[in-house]
Amino acid sequence: MIELQHLTKRYGDQVAVHDLSLEVAEGELLVLLGGSGCGKTTTLKMINRLIEPSAGTVRVDGDDVSRLATHELRRRVGYAFQQVGLFPHMTVGENIGITPVLLGWTDDAIRHRVDELLALVELDPETTRDRDPSQLSGGQQQRVGVARALAARPRVMLLDEPFGALDPLTRGRLQDSFIRIRRDLGVTAVFVTHDMVEALRLGDRIAVLHNGRLVQVGTPGALMRQPADDYVRQLLDTPRREARLVDSLLSDMAGRDSG
Amino acid sequence: MSEQLALLPGYLTAHLQLTLLALLCSAALSLPLGIAVTRVRWLEQPVLGLAGVIQTVPSLALLAVMVPLLASMRLRSIGFLPAFIGLTLYAVLPILRNTVTGIAGVDPALREAARGVGMTSRQQLWRVELPLALPVIVAGLRTATVWTVGLATLSTPVGATSLGNYIFSGLQTRNHAAVLVGCVASAGLAMVLDGLVRTAEVGLLTRRRRLVGAAATLTVGLYLYAAVTLAAPLFSNAARPVMIGAKGFTEQYILASVLEQWIGRETGRAAAQMQSLGSTVAFDALAAGDIDIYVDYSGTLWAHLLGRATVGGDRATVLAEVGTFLADQHDIQIVATLGFENAYAVAARAADAETMGLTRISDLIPLGPTLSMGGDFEFFSRPEWVSIRDAYGLALSEQRTMDAALMYEAIAEGAVDLISAYTTDGRISAYDLRVLEDDRGAIPPYDAVVLVSGRLMREWPDVVAALRRLDGAIDLESMRAMNLRVDVEGIDPSTVAAAFIATLGP
Ligand SMILES: Nc1ncnc2c1ncn2[C@@H]1O[C@H](COP(=O)(O)OP(=O)(O)OP(=O)(O)O)[C@@H](O)[C@H]1O
Ligand SMILES: [Mg+2]
Repeated sequence: MIELQHLTKRYGDQVAVHDLSLEVAEGELLVLLGGSGCGKTTTLKMINRLIEPSAGTVRVDGDDVSRLATHELRRRVGYAFQQVGLFPHMTVGENIGITPVLLGWTDDAIRHRVDELLALVELDPETTRDRDPSQLSGGQQQRVGVARALAARPRVMLLDEPFGALDPLTRGRLQDSFIRIRRDLGVTAVFVTHDMVEALRLGDRIAVLHNGRLVQVGTPGALMRQPADDYVRQLLDTPRREARLVDSLLSDMAGRDSG
Repeated sequence: MSEQLALLPGYLTAHLQLTLLALLCSAALSLPLGIAVTRVRWLEQPVLGLAGVIQTVPSLALLAVMVPLLASMRLRSIGFLPAFIGLTLYAVLPILRNTVTGIAGVDPALREAARGVGMTSRQQLWRVELPLALPVIVAGLRTATVWTVGLATLSTPVGATSLGNYIFSGLQTRNHAAVLVGCVASAGLAMVLDGLVRTAEVGLLTRRRRLVGAAATLTVGLYLYAAVTLAAPLFSNAARPVMIGAKGFTEQYILASVLEQWIGRETGRAAAQMQSLGSTVAFDALAAGDIDIYVDYSGTLWAHLLGRATVGGDRATVLAEVGTFLADQHDIQIVATLGFENAYAVAARAADAETMGLTRISDLIPLGPTLSMGGDFEFFSRPEWVSIRDAYGLALSEQRTMDAALMYEAIAEGAVDLISAYTTDGRISAYDLRVLEDDRGAIPPYDAVVLVSGRLMREWPDVVAALRRLDGAIDLESMRAMNLRVDVEGIDPSTVAAAFIATLGP
């Protein structure tokens, strides 16, 4: 369970996150939605103290995180970075296995877990395990980043656009896998995305941020039915607007082809 | 060449000891310091600034400055220690700077990722920052390695044996083979050590355990060798040899060899030389007990120690005053006056002297503004020069400082008109020069005297007795002839010394 109470982050005069209060229930997945620069990454990083809040408190499983040793907190919380951040001097396998290594797992257990995770994110363990991260494509690196976040079987996960660089088909399959893992393990997660369909598919609830403030939070259905304002309405309407656009483009083309 | 090569194992070992130990200590100092600086940001400017200042001190001066500094702390001021400390300090900057740059250059996103996966700050350092900074740190280490091997050749004047012994004595005695051996050996050593570091790095970066292992084994082997050879004298029962010092010019090399061979012949005791010492280093070394014997000149001691470069000192008075002073102030004794003077003198080309009618220094007074003069590294800052200048009111068009071994070429080629010559120098006649008479008595007498430490006086009376028998044994002509054979004919100083000893009778 994650509780954010009156969380604020200021950089000088600029406010990145303003008085944010949210709760993510045990086993729930909360999607953070909002435009670029609205404070999603900042919020995520304050949860595992990669950024120290200017004000407010964060509780994970009831513990005030400012009272925990940061490294122990972070070993409990899987984090997939927006910029991935794989260590270039380690192999793909070593990257995935790093948190288990820090936790003192046995070599066998780690090797087994790494292969399991590679398979899960649809990378061939045999050919990928010992490669350098630089030898992977952007999308493949992103998948390794998600595997690294999952490695120590965390009960809490923070994912910053984890599937952003993937083609739609791979993304769809990984979303399926992720839904399965979450159900199996009862992971509590905060998931940042720009992709409305992804938000609707994965999110138990969706929180919409705008200029560092929480605009609305609720189930996808509630947001659809009663959007708090125009911004939320437009955001949630995006998939349908795009579908209409596709339809009209296709019928235009059909008209031209036959005409 | 073969006699030079015979010296190689000893010089190379000493060079290796100095280089390896200095690098080890420097790395042990700079790496933690560099890491600390990246953790405590306000330390960066003062620490890097200080290291930078050390670097701006000319290397030779840094080493030389260690001598009085250590002496003032009552530590061994001559030999291994000053050279080792100087080299260690010198290697700090490249390692320190590259450690700081390397760590600071790690991508902030990767630092954050390291924190994000749950590393403690120590784990961030060892698992992420240091491995990523490794290429830059190793580059600093390689720079330090190559510098240190090269700079270690400058340890010779502070009394530490190194490959520099080849270079310093070779340059003075015109022994090009020696210089060549010294340079090639030092360059070779630099390449080998650099290659070792490079191999270890490549091994680490490409994760080839065997390569790292091989480089590490070789390095450890070299360190063991250095440590064992360095420690060996401490555990050996062999009597400490009588240490004879020599300043860095031909006559001193010859005289040190004469003393060494004479002591060996007369007392059967082993003697060893510490060569190419700086002029004041030799005296400090004797006063500190790091050497037991060396030859100096009464006028030099009179001018430098007693601060008396002025007129009026006849040979006997100067000798007596210097002797009393040394005994009272430094527990040093003059045990023999060798019999010749090696005075500073002003020399001109004989042809010029003829045409311009030069026989005395005072003849220069009207010509001064048209003449230029070359002097060795010390001459123009010595009290003797001040005394000459003032006594004769000399004003020259130009004063040029140059290596003593090159002054003769310079005057022969006409680059200068006068030089500060030494009266025993065989090259005065070889280059057809004329020594001008000091008609106003501005230059003090320079009797060559054998100085020994108080300890030698007390512990080795047989050596003292043997040295006393050298009193008056070398006249000006013999000394000049010996210098000539080394400087002009290129014969080895020890060979010349042996030939001289043979003439001394049973
Ligand atoms: N270190 C910093 N110093 C100053 N301002 C910052 C800093 N980090 C973030 N900001 C600002 O805080 C705001 C929120 O940034 P944040 O990274 O949380 O956005 P985001 O919602 O994740 O955007 P995106 O979708 O583009 O990733 C932005 O306006 C950004 O410019
Ligand atoms: Mg972001």
